[in-house]
Amino acid sequence: MADRSFDIARLPGFATIAVTVFVMLYLPIAMLVVFSFNAGDSVAIWEGFSLRWYPEAWANEAVKDATLRSLQIATAASLIATTVATMAALGTTRRRATRGQSFVYLMINQPLMVPEIVTGVALLVFFSTIKVATGYQGLGYLILAHAAFCTPFAYLPIRARLEGMDLALETAAADLYASPWQTFRHVTLPLVMPGAVAGLMLAFVTSLDDVVITLFVKSAGQDTLPTYMLAQIRRSVSAEVNAISTLLLLLTVVLLTLFFLLTRKRT
Amino acid sequence: MKKLLTTVAILCAGAAHAEGELQLYNWGDYTSPELLTKFEEETGIKVTVTDYDSNDTALAKVEAGGHGYDMVVPSANYIPIWREKGLIQELDLSKLPNHGNIASQWVDVPFDPGRKFSIPWQIGATGIAVNSDAYSGDINTSAIFLDTPEDLVGKVNVTPEMNDIMSLALWYVGGEPCSEDPEMLKAARDALIAAKPDWQSMDYGMTEKLSANDTMASVYWNGAVFRAHLQNDKVQFGYPQEGFPLFMDSVALLSDAQNVEEAYKFLDFIMVPENAAMISEFARYANGIEGSEAFMDEAMKTSPMVNIPPEMAEAGEFLPTCSAKSLEYYTAIWTELQK
Amino acid sequence: MSTAPPDPKLRAEVRRGWLLSAPALVLLAVGASGPLLIMLVYSFLEAGQYGNVEWALSFKAWFNVVLTRDIFDDTLGFADAHLTIFWRSAKLALLTTLFAFVVGFPTAWFIATRSPGLRTALLFLITIPFWTNLLIRTFAINQIIRNEGFLNTGLLYLGIINQPIVMLYTDFAVFIGMTYVYLPLMVLPLFAAIDRFDMRLLQAGYDLYASRWQLLRHIIVPVVKPGIISGSILVFIPALGAYVTPRILGGGRNMMIGNFIELQFGQGRNWPLGAALSVVLLVVVSIALIVYTRFATGSQDRSHG
Repeated sequence: MADRSFDIARLPGFATIAVTVFVMLYLPIAMLVVFSFNAGDSVAIWEGFSLRWYPEAWANEAVKDATLRSLQIATAASLIATTVATMAALGTTRRRATRGQSFVYLMINQPLMVPEIVTGVALLVFFSTIKVATGYQGLGYLILAHAAFCTPFAYLPIRARLEGMDLALETAAADLYASPWQTFRHVTLPLVMPGAVAGLMLAFVTSLDDVVITLFVKSAGQDTLPTYMLAQIRRSVSAEVNAISTLLLLLTVVLLTLFFLLTRKRT
Repeated sequence: MKKLLTTVAILCAGAAHAEGELQLYNWGDYTSPELLTKFEEETGIKVTVTDYDSNDTALAKVEAGGHGYDMVVPSANYIPIWREKGLIQELDLSKLPNHGNIASQWVDVPFDPGRKFSIPWQIGATGIAVNSDAYSGDINTSAIFLDTPEDLVGKVNVTPEMNDIMSLALWYVGGEPCSEDPEMLKAARDALIAAKPDWQSMDYGMTEKLSANDTMASVYWNGAVFRAHLQNDKVQFGYPQEGFPLFMDSVALLSDAQNVEEAYKFLDFIMVPENAAMISEFARYANGIEGSEAFMDEAMKTSPMVNIPPEMAEAGEFLPTCSAKSLEYYTAIWTELQK
Repeated sequence: MSTAPPDPKLRAEVRRGWLLSAPALVLLAVGASGPLLIMLVYSFLEAGQYGNVEWALSFKAWFNVVLTRDIFDDTLGFADAHLTIFWRSAKLALLTTLFAFVVGFPTAWFIATRSPGLRTALLFLITIPFWTNLLIRTFAINQIIRNEGFLNTGLLYLGIINQPIVMLYTDFAVFIGMTYVYLPLMVLPLFAAIDRFDMRLLQAGYDLYASRWQLLRHIIVPVVKPGIISGSILVFIPALGAYVTPRILGGGRNMMIGNFIELQFGQGRNWPLGAALSVVLLVVVSIALIVYTRFATGSQDRSHG
C-alpha cells in the first residue's frame, strides 16, 4: 500500500548522505573502542589484542575515586530531579493552560536554553560566597547543581507520558468514589511510572556526563570522572582514557536500551 | 520520601574531612606519586593532589575562597603576593626539624628571608623546546617564537604563562622584566602580536605533546622538556641568550588550611635529601635541599637540561615581583594578545 | 458531569498545580536562576587585583565589554578583542548549524522513510552518539586528526602524503569537532517533524508534474519548518557557548567566547568582566531564541492552507 509513495519519497543522493553520516558518526567512537584493546600504547598502530588497559585504569586510585564520586552524585541528583519533575509534571499537564503554567515550563526548561558556561560561571560566583560563609565543602553543591540541570531531562519524558495517558481511567476511578489520593496511588502512579523511570535514566546519564558545570562548582579533591578525563586528555595520550571511555560508552548504551524499551509505544 | 532524604544526607555528610588527609594544590605533572606513597607509608596520611596550570590560576582559585586546599606551590615572584594578601601563613619552624637541610644559597632569598613561609620544591628555567627533526638551527634564542623561522611556522606553541612570556619578550626587545617603560612595553607588545599568527597554539601539557610529535617547538620549562626528551630523543632544549627566566617553586601552607599538623609532617618530609631527590627524579628539575644530589641518577646529574651549562647561565635571572603599574601594562598587553 | 466546573473546584485545582510544581521551582531557582541574577550583580562590581571582586559599584566591566582604553596612548577604541571573539564564535556556530542541517536533513529523511522496524533501529543508532559523553566524542576526533593519529598514520602508510597534515589545534579542528558533537541534535527534531509529514502531499505534487527538487522546496521544507527551527536552535545555542570542544581541539590560540569567559575566572583575574560577558552571551542566545520562535510561529500561521 505504501510502496508506491516510497518511490516519491526517495530523493536523490539522500540515502548516500545518510549512510555516510552513520558511518562517520560511529567511526571515531569505534576507533576509540577498538584501540582500548590495543596491546601497545599507540592510538593508531595496532600491536595486538590485550585487555591490559582495563585493570590498569581501575588500579589507578584517581580513576576509582572519580568514578565512585560520579556515581554518587548522579544517583542523588537523578533521584531528586525525577521526584521533583514528576510532581511538576503532574501539576502542569492536562490542566487548563494558564500563564502560570508557561512560567513553570520556562523555569524547568531553562537549563536547556542557557549555555552551560553561563550557568557554570553563575554557580561558581554564587557558591564561593556560600562556601566561605558556611565553611561547608561537601558534595552538596555538586548534587544541587546537577539536580537542577537534570530536572528538564526527567520532566520531558514524564510529561510526554502523562499527556499520552487516557483521562478516562482517572474519571472512571472518580466515578467509583475513589478519593484523589487513591486515584493517584492506584491509577495515575502506576501508569506514569515507566515515564518516570525513563526520566530517571535520562537524568542519570546527563549527570554522569556533565563536564562544564562540575568544573566550575567542584572544590578540592572532588574530581568526577569527566573532569578527571578532561585533565588527562589535555595532558597525556595514554590508552587508559580509551578504556575508561569504552566502559562509559557501554553504560550509556545499556541505559539507553532500557530507555527505548520503556518508552516504546504499545500498538 | 524519607529514604530519599536520608540517602541525600548521608551522601553529603560523607564528604567531611577524614583523619590523616592532606590536600595539595600543585602544578600539573609536578608531584612524584612515589613520594606520596612513601609519605603515606611512613605517616599514614593520604595526600590528594589537584592540578593547576599557572600561577595566576592558582592565585585566582584560592582568592575566591572555599577551595579546600591545605598547601600550594607558587613561584618565587608570586610568594610576596600570597604573603601580602595573607593567603599563606608563617611557619612554626620548631615543627620543622629538617629546616636546616635547605641549601645555604636558598635560605635568605629576597622573597622570603629565612624561609619562614615557603619550603623549596623545585628550581628550573623557562626556555625553548625544539624537535631537532623539524629545525636544525640555533635554538638558544627567543626568536623561535618571536620571529619564527620558516621551518617552524605554524608549529610553535607558546605556553600562556603571562610572566614568563612577557619577560622573554621584554628581554628580546632590549628591556627588563617588570618594566614600567612604555617604550619597551610597546615594543614587546608589537613583537608578540606580530609573531602570534605564526604560532600553532597557546596551551599547556607540552611534555606529552612534544613526545607525541603533536607540537614541534614550544616555550616551556627545562625539566618538563627533559622528560619529553627521555621519551623522544629528538626533543632539545635551548636557553634564550637574550635573557631567560629562572624560577623557584616552593610549598606554602595556606592560611585557611584544615589539615595543619599533617601539612607540617609533609613539609618536614620533603626536606629529607632522599625525598627531595625523589621529587626531582620525577619532574626532572633541580631542588634546593643540600645533599640530595647523592641520591639522583646519572642522567639527572649530567644533563644540560637540568644543570644549566655555565656559558648559558649568564642570561638567566630570577623574575622579580611586578609593581601594580607594571602589572596593569602586562594585563592590558596580555588581553590584547588573547584576541 | 456538569459542563461548567464550579469556581472553588477550579481554584483548588490551580492551587494543587502550583503546590506540585513548587519543589521544581525552588530547585531551579536556587540551582539555576538565582545564581544568574547574582552573576548580573557581580558584573557591576570592581575586579580584585588578583581575582575575585571588591564590593564596590563599578561600571568598568561593562565599559570594557564594548570599549577599551589603549594603555599606551590613552585613546578610546572599540574592544575589538571581545568583538573578534564573539564574531568568531558566532561564525563557527552558524557554520556548524548550517553544515549540520545540510547533512542532517537527508539523514532524518532517510530514517523517516524506512520501514517501522528499521526506523526504530536507526533512531536508536543515532541516539547513542547523542548520549555519549561529550568528552569521549571530542577525544575520539582528537585521536583521529592528530599528527600521529589515525588519519595521518593511514595516509602516510598509503603513501598519499609524506608529512603529516597539521589538523589539530586549528579552526578546522574545532569546526569538525563541533559538527561531530552536535549533529545528532539536528537530526532528532528533524526526524520528529518529517515523521508527522503526510507523504500523500508528495504524491499529490508528483501527480501535478512537480520535479523532485520542486517538491523539496515548495512542499517538504515549509511543512517541516518547525523541525528545522528546533534543530537549529538545539545546535546553535550550545555551539555558541561551547567550551570543552574548543579547549581540547583548539589549542587556546583562537579562543571562543566560552573559553574567554572561563579565562576571566582564572588567569584573566577579571570576574566582573567574565560575568558581564556571560550576561551578553545570555542576551544574544535569548534574542536568537526569540527570533527563531517568531519565525516558527509565523510560518505555522501561514501554512494553514
